[in-house]
Amino acid sequence: MKALYGLYVDAAGAQRAFDLLRSASSELKLRSQQIVVVAGEPHEGYEFFDAQATSTPYRWAVLGAAVGGTAGYLLTTLSQKSYPIHTGGMSLTPAWTNGIIVYEMIMLGAILTTLVVLLIGAGLPNFKGVIADPEVGKGKILVGVVDPPEGLEPELERRLQQAGAWQVKRSATLQP
Amino acid sequence: MQTTAEQIEQDLLRPLFHSSGKYWIAVAIATSLLLAGVAAFGYQLYAGIGVWGLNSPVFWAFDITNFVFWIGISHAGTLISAILRLTNATWRRPVTRCAEAITVFSVLIGAIIPLCHIGRPWLAYWMIPYPSERHIWPNFRSPLAWDFFAISTYLTGSTTFLYLPTIPDFAAVRDVSTGLRKKIYRVLALGWQGTPRQWQRLEVAMHIMAVVIVPVAVSVHTIVSWDFAMTLVPMWHSSIFGPYFVAGAIFSGIAALILAMALLRKFLHLEQYLRPIHFENLGKLLLTMSLLWFYFTFAERLTAWYGNSPPEMAVFWESIRKNFAPLFWTMVVCNFIIPVPILAIKRLRTITGTAIASATVVVGMWLERFLIVVPALEHKFLPYSWGTYRPTWVEDTLMASSFGMMALLYLLFSKFVPMISIWEMKVGLQSHAGVPMVAPAEGQVALEGPQ
Repeated sequence: MKALYGLYVDAAGAQRAFDLLRSASSELKLRSQQIVVVAGEPHEGYEFFDAQATSTPYRWAVLGAAVGGTAGYLLTTLSQKSYPIHTGGMSLTPAWTNGIIVYEMIMLGAILTTLVVLLIGAGLPNFKGVIADPEVGKGKILVGVVDPPEGLEPELERRLQQAGAWQVKRSATLQP
Repeated sequence: MQTTAEQIEQDLLRPLFHSSGKYWIAVAIATSLLLAGVAAFGYQLYAGIGVWGLNSPVFWAFDITNFVFWIGISHAGTLISAILRLTNATWRRPVTRCAEAITVFSVLIGAIIPLCHIGRPWLAYWMIPYPSERHIWPNFRSPLAWDFFAISTYLTGSTTFLYLPTIPDFAAVRDVSTGLRKKIYRVLALGWQGTPRQWQRLEVAMHIMAVVIVPVAVSVHTIVSWDFAMTLVPMWHSSIFGPYFVAGAIFSGIAALILAMALLRKFLHLEQYLRPIHFENLGKLLLTMSLLWFYFTFAERLTAWYGNSPPEMAVFWESIRKNFAPLFWTMVVCNFIIPVPILAIKRLRTITGTAIASATVVVGMWLERFLIVVPALEHKFLPYSWGTYRPTWVEDTLMASSFGMMALLYLLFSKFVPMISIWEMKVGLQSHAGVPMVAPAEGQVALEGPQ
């Protein structure tokens, strides 16, 4: 896997490069998955960033909470019914105290689901290799193309420069 | 003051690559304390739990005091961090990770203490509900079973809450490291790249976690208070205990956070990031909690005094006028008399001032936990069963060791993880209230406003 990318000093430059690459994707035979943006911090308010926004994790968290709560309810009531103890005439499955366990399990379900949904949604863990550049840590934003089409590299480089790249780099090996 | 993303990364990664002699001295002291505790615990396992000062009628003392104290301290992090994140308080950025780390380590220490107390820690897994051949299930009516579920959930939640925003920083360390260190951080970073999709998912996950963790934190200390309130012991069986404990936990948590931040600022040279404004803001919170603590303490005592029930009054006068009076009034001085003037007068609300106030609050809140537990157990309903309690060297050592463990975990954490979130500080460079701001010149922009 190769990559050709430009480094931009600000999000506006990165947005220009992203727009240029996207508008030229049919001309340059680029698939949207080939265009990559890497930043050292989030950039809210820019299309290249906000286009990835999603509310799906919220729904999953609610579902996880429901599953956790159901598990808590079943855990308490089924065990209390399976192994009944003498309660002196009081309820064998007291809602007040079981409710505390159910509550904690609701929260645990939401927490674990959020974690799993984040990992799946963000494609983690991923040890196959990532595009990384030390300049990203210094505040630059990387916009580029993974596996650029043969022969179109000079044109891509020109467009990345045109968007105001601080530097354009060809990375033959990706950082593990 | 001009700060760049590059400078932020250099400053905040520096402690991971370079440590002073003072750091290693602190590690040695903390390790010694921890080892002393391990030795004391080993002696306790060998000789039995009778080496503690516990006896009828006081079956809980230092252990439950330390348990409640550390679980209370844990409210520093996750709760404060979550509230500040939800309210989008921009000054939170240098504070959150210091706070979240306190939470994880203090919950961990709090969770270890009951293991010491049960006497046979190798049977602790009996608390885990699973279909065993013994056909014994946890008693879900018992507050101790509630504790197990609440603390497990809180520990899972706070560890997740700490780890998630640390992933991009692990990646930052990975990208500037070599050799074994690079391999370790490569695993910790999970292959984080920094694509918009990853950032979006992380931010949504952090938002959900912040929403979920606040009620969990409140429930944990409420349930800890129910360990007492569900028991028919004078001065314990009270509906005020839930909010009283939660307020006390937040109070001690903020104090611990201020202390930790003051030490980090000095020893890791983070003066540019942990600024007076952070101490001032946290100092105002601490002042609010000090007043709230006084209100709860007064309300609790007033209700007991006005009721004039003999069993409750025995405990009441014991703590205010008799054997425990020195501890009680020290508590009032530490939690109210000293911190309130320091924190209320702007000129005194400096870094040193807030650190002094916080130190007294930490001491005062430990005393408060002790005073809730021991006087009440010494004076139950029937005077024939009254007794006294004196801690032994084993309990003293275990308590000191819990502080050593906290210090050691925190010190080691600061060696492996940037104590201030690098990426969140960089966000502070580029935006004001979420409005993107183009850098005026190559990466050279000022840190945001009020700081």
